Amino acid sequence: MEKRLILDTELLQITINRLVEELIENHTDFSDTVLIGLQPRGIYLANRIQKRLEERLGKSISIGYLDTTFYRDDFRRRETPIQANATKVPFLIEDKKVILIDDVLFTGRTVRAALDAMIAFGRPRLVELLTFIDRKYTRDLPIQPDYVGKRVNTLKTQRVLVEWMDQGAESDKIWLVTNE
Amino acid sequence: MANLSVDHLLGIKELSKDDIQLIFETTDHFKEVINRPIKKVPSLRDITIANIFFENSTRTKLSFELAEKRLSADVVNFSSSNSSVKKGETLLDTVNNILSMKVDMVVMRHASPGAAHFLSRHIKANIINAGDGTHEHPTQALLDTYSIREKLGDLTNKKVAIIGDILHSRVALSNIYALQKLGAEVMVCGPNTLLPKYIKELGVKVSLDVKETLEWCDVANILRIQLERQQLKYFPSLREYSLYYGINKKLLNSINKEIIVMHPGPINRGVEISTDVADSKQSIILNQVENGVAIRMAVLFLLAQKKQN
Repeated sequence: MEKRLILDTELLQITINRLVEELIENHTDFSDTVLIGLQPRGIYLANRIQKRLEERLGKSISIGYLDTTFYRDDFRRRETPIQANATKVPFLIEDKKVILIDDVLFTGRTVRAALDAMIAFGRPRLVELLTFIDRKYTRDLPIQPDYVGKRVNTLKTQRVLVEWMDQGAESDKIWLVTNE
Repeated sequence: MANLSVDHLLGIKELSKDDIQLIFETTDHFKEVINRPIKKVPSLRDITIANIFFENSTRTKLSFELAEKRLSADVVNFSSSNSSVKKGETLLDTVNNILSMKVDMVVMRHASPGAAHFLSRHIKANIINAGDGTHEHPTQALLDTYSIREKLGDLTNKKVAIIGDILHSRVALSNIYALQKLGAEVMVCGPNTLLPKYIKELGVKVSLDVKETLEWCDVANILRIQLERQQLKYFPSLREYSLYYGINKKLLNSINKEIIVMHPGPINRGVEISTDVADSKQSIILNQVENGVAIRMAVLFLLAQKKQN
């Protein structure tokens, strides 16, 4: 197994700061915009973005966590069973601007399922997608992010490993893993 | 990633503690789903489920059907009262005919103990036992223990009493298995004639005195007298049963702690439980019904995930 560092801790924070500035550019005061982190791994990034946004704007920003397990299209078709995670959307999505947040965009199937899952909480006015790592040329569906941390060239057999301190890692780092 | 150790839900006896925990964790998520504005998820949209009820049922059948529909499964219903079973068809023929119409899962209630086991050996669909005679009723025991867990946190070392017609109750047997696997202590209580002869071999405490039982337990699960299964006279009269074993507010007030009162339904008010107890704060009877839908969604979801051979 070979591990290559894509983003180190310092660069990662700079990227988060840049993404937050881009969000503010489009949503100004976030009066009717909400963040939704996708379970299981997008929630750490969503928390970090929320924290930085609150620092920048000096107000609290609504955040929810969405689990897509029950909406996946590969249920019963994949080798390993899927396990559900908590969904916590403590606000109505009706007529809100929603920013979906996930750490890695790969095939796009999770995002498709998330769009489905989100509708159960109302009809949003606008939905945008923010992903930290955009894996180029690996998409199964016509889904593209609106905000990207970093675009990387990867093979389908490779894996992007995101480590967050909130999750128990030593420091925030992103790796590209190649299995021999 | 977790998966159930079984392909069918025939009884609690076949489940491991991990299986039960996985069902409970999945139920937590479905409970959140059924409290959303839109209560439906598309997980089982390519699955067809047959609900085959050879015995009467209101709650269980409705609960399964709702669970299936909230998972977007296609549902066909069958009850023996208006079917070809009356014309002499065997169980296997009936079910095979239904399966020829491409059904993936079968939920069955039958009057004969072991009917679900028999079916699972002969057909390819995932079988869920919705009650087989006086044997097991696994989803009821799962929702009962889930409801206790919701109230008390963990079941380890909790004391649960099952009071009433133990002899004819599939709910009692499934509950005993489930409670013991989760680490709870179990006591059964009822008139001698309604306690199975070898019940002690299951490792439960036995009492004939309802007051003593209530003083011992944290939770009392009160069962209905199953008159429809009783071919003999097991006690002189319902009135006498009610006097000795009926749970009423006066009796509950006479013990010096507040216990949780449960009942799997249908309740016979004034027989095994009085109205003031059934409708009291201590009673979690309606929580049990709500949790029933979420438990059945979890069981269907987890079994559908098992690859069929």
